[in-house]
Amino acid sequence: MTKVESLYKKRSDGRKFDELRPITAQVGVVPSADGSAMYQSGKTRAVAVVRGPRLLHPKHMENPQRGILRVTYQMMSFSVWDRIKPGNSRRGQEISKVSEWALNEVVNLDAFPNSVVDVIIQIPQADAGTRVAGLNAAAMALAQAGVPMSEMVCAVAVGKMDRTLVVDVDKEEEDFHEGEGPTDVPICMTSRSNKIALLQLDGKISVPELRELVKMAREGCKKINEIQIKALREPGKEIKG
Amino acid sequence: MEERKIIIPGETIVHGDEFLPGDGARREGQDIVACKYGLSDVNDKLVRVIPLSGVYVPRRGNVIIGTVVGVTFKGWLIDFGSHINGFLNVTEVPRYIGRGELRDHFDFGDVVCAKVFGTDGGNVDLSVKLRGFGRIQGGQLIKVNPNKVPRVIGKEGSMVSLIKAATNCDITVGQNGVIWVVGDKIEDELNARKITEFICENSFLSGLTEKVEEYIKNDLKLEIKQTKFENAEVASENPQEEQIGEQQ
Repeated sequence: MTKVESLYKKRSDGRKFDELRPITAQVGVVPSADGSAMYQSGKTRAVAVVRGPRLLHPKHMENPQRGILRVTYQMMSFSVWDRIKPGNSRRGQEISKVSEWALNEVVNLDAFPNSVVDVIIQIPQADAGTRVAGLNAAAMALAQAGVPMSEMVCAVAVGKMDRTLVVDVDKEEEDFHEGEGPTDVPICMTSRSNKIALLQLDGKISVPELRELVKMAREGCKKINEIQIKALREPGKEIKG
Repeated sequence: MEERKIIIPGETIVHGDEFLPGDGARREGQDIVACKYGLSDVNDKLVRVIPLSGVYVPRRGNVIIGTVVGVTFKGWLIDFGSHINGFLNVTEVPRYIGRGELRDHFDFGDVVCAKVFGTDGGNVDLSVKLRGFGRIQGGQLIKVNPNKVPRVIGKEGSMVSLIKAATNCDITVGQNGVIWVVGDKIEDELNARKITEFICENSFLSGLTEKVEEYIKNDLKLEIKQTKFENAEVASENPQEEQIGEQQ
């Protein structure tokens, strides 16, 4: 096979292909909540709030063996340039559900039967990669709330622009439609055992390329985890990295 | 003992076969790994994580202060800020209550001081049979982080005795982070509230008792009377002391 050169040669913001956007993280942004955190990656910002473990309503959702996690993901109406209709949407429901599954990998609620831990993820500003930003914020908020967790989770969206593999895709790259077009792969990994807690794929990609992407995501997640740890060590302080 | 530092879930606290994982920690190969966010505490060979946050988890023998949120045919449902409501059976009240008379005894919204006597099967069973328990009237309720309650009580109740001596108030500390203060004057109660808030804000300082004494003398301009409160609140203080034994 002859090597075809990719049409995507340079990133619009001048980043290296394996470079993350500048990150800002802060723990304890909502003092009245049990746990809260903000995670910003470039222009994408996510705020996560944790309440609970607390009594679960409706009662029929109760699990007498262990507590349940209930994640709500929403984008604020002003988070994008035009406007997003606020409230529940098909996309929001899907992201809430996959975030819940990813967080369930590390959260252990055996000690709180019949109860619920509510995780509310809000996106005040969106520039692609909102679900991974939401997961990063939610992991910090859950830790601060004192919820038993075996380890942390960190997430990053990797992707393929034509034939170029990149880390931390932004909106402009997500809309790159030349050649093979854009492929967006949000990956969430656990911090200690490096297991994959979430992997979604939108686009087309070969197996060796996907392997390479997972490897790149692993490196990105390591850097994100360092920032999460720094933010949790100094609650209330804005950590930049 | 090593210096305490903030530990993040999944972080290795210590490395070595000789250590034992305690509360909030687990063993993974040779590492002792944290399962909770909090302060690391390596005491001899026992490694545990002291939580900084999280809901109150009721334990047998704890004293709690809660609100009546439900009345059933057999007892009352008490909300005490945990993930679960406690149940106070009619038979755990020191007098006979007939059918349909439950609301005459404890009604919705009443604040009750009770003791946890069992936590099996996901239920929290409460009792008000001992002296000093029952409905609370008068005074003020102070809400604090339940993880700071051991600091408010102090070693063998020393901090509570200090607040009592300084403000001349009667204090009952609920393990769920609700503190009931009754004084002769409202100023006394407000002072007790200020001291409690000071303790919670500065709970990380070493030599906290001296700092609190300074705060009482210099900032609040109160004098600490050397009175012994040996007989007061016996019923409610003993279980707290047990709890301290565990926490210290």
